[in-house]
Amino acid sequence: MRKILSLLALTALSTAALAQQKSAADAIAEYRAMLADGNPAELFEARGEELWKKRRGPKNASLEQCNLGKGPGVVKGAFVELPRWFADTGKVQDLESRLLTCMETLQGFDAKVIAATPFGKGEQVSMEGLTAWISAESKGMRFNLPQAHSLEQVNYELGKRAFFYRAGPYDFSCASCHGQAGKRIRLQDLPELTKNPGDGVGFAAWPAYRVSSGEMWSMQRRLNDCYRQQRFPYPGYASDVTIALGVYMGVNAKGAESVAPALKR
Amino acid sequence: MTTRRQMISRSAQLAAMLATLGLLPEAARAQAVAYNTAAFEAKTMAELMKALGASAPVESKDVTITGPDIAENGAVVPIGASTALPGVKRLLLLVEKNPSMLSALFDVTDAVDANFATRVKMGQSSNVFAVALMADGKVLFAVKEIKVTLGGCGG
Amino acid sequence: MSDPMRIRAQVAGEKATVRVLMSHEMETGLRKDGAGKVIPAWFIQDVAAQLNGKTVMTAQWGPSVAKNPFLQFSVKGAKAGDKITISWTDNKGDKRTDEATVS
Repeated sequence: MRKILSLLALTALSTAALAQQKSAADAIAEYRAMLADGNPAELFEARGEELWKKRRGPKNASLEQCNLGKGPGVVKGAFVELPRWFADTGKVQDLESRLLTCMETLQGFDAKVIAATPFGKGEQVSMEGLTAWISAESKGMRFNLPQAHSLEQVNYELGKRAFFYRAGPYDFSCASCHGQAGKRIRLQDLPELTKNPGDGVGFAAWPAYRVSSGEMWSMQRRLNDCYRQQRFPYPGYASDVTIALGVYMGVNAKGAESVAPALKR
Repeated sequence: MTTRRQMISRSAQLAAMLATLGLLPEAARAQAVAYNTAAFEAKTMAELMKALGASAPVESKDVTITGPDIAENGAVVPIGASTALPGVKRLLLLVEKNPSMLSALFDVTDAVDANFATRVKMGQSSNVFAVALMADGKVLFAVKEIKVTLGGCGG
Repeated sequence: MSDPMRIRAQVAGEKATVRVLMSHEMETGLRKDGAGKVIPAWFIQDVAAQLNGKTVMTAQWGPSVAKNPFLQFSVKGAKAGDKITISWTDNKGDKRTDEATVS
């Protein structure tokens, strides 16, 4: 009897030990799953849809004729094909630079002013809603950025150079954190962005609602903060380098499922 | 394994806590539906408030507190309180180590399940309590520890 | 003034699960801004839910409820087509009411 008891005790102990081995990563995955239903990003999506349809700006027009790459006014599926080349501007543009174009040409806003506005203020708040809604309209679809145009290919190569470019007082590059699989900062898993890191991860997870600050972060804001963390000077909003990085990461993520707008720490 | 002594001391602890919040059933009835500012401002377990002649809070398997084991960020922690017992009047959610312990208070009517979920801010790792105030004066609770960690620098 | 709530009410058997996302800062009054000044407390205090005009749930919240609060509860006897109304009042006296149809 005692033997059985001690054997049971041993089993119980090792089970307990194994239970405690539920990794922090698993526990955090559980936490995130609990929050998945009822993502506050939905509040921003609602704002964004309204802003798309509302007549605004000096020209008192809506954004409903804005061409995000699939034709004027076509929003569904546009997000997973950006950045891409646009004939009317002759440039490769990401979602936010394209919104700047539309807000200027259709609504009469000054794109330079919006680009110079700090995040969370003025028309940057509109960007939060618009990017949340537009990305939501492609939720669940797979990234399929075009690489047919020569400029799209050039931007991919530029993006790759920028990704590996080491600078700043810490001699960091994007690759320092995102250049290998299995890396982590404290409890944050760092997706490898030189290839497809999987569904709903990395490029496929922004825009996102960040619970730590209760803010809606677009891709431009995410890149801006990456630069800050590397102690680089801030990139210009929707500047060439940020678009090139978007092309690099987006093309690498071909086939990955977009979960934007996502929920993040 | 919780010893009887631990349970009693924990019950006494909770009684003191609830007493300070003015939340034991008699006090709840007296305050009707006015926002219970005093309850939500109660800062410490040891704060003195009106004495209440309610039964001592008892840990109960019939009350459930749900929540994650680890919250990646204390700004948003999903927790829930529920009980299948009939005759529950109120369900409370408490975060022991928050500056004010009481996070939320739900009045249970016949029209709803005694099952509520919300999200709270936790300043640090702490015990989280679901407390059921019963119509017969009993006070039952369940407790769970939730660890709060800051994440890293990434998204 | 504030953004509309997102209310989803779905029938599950004899009940409806109601999920609400509210837009509110839920400021605790314990934080300081960059200049060192205390940011005043601003949070939802009272929440009420109605099914077809009849109150089914009331709640009181403190400032430790998270920003952009989420609420989930289950209403008995709700059918598709019924109306769920959620209202809140905050400590400044601001109010908001939104409604949704049970699906």
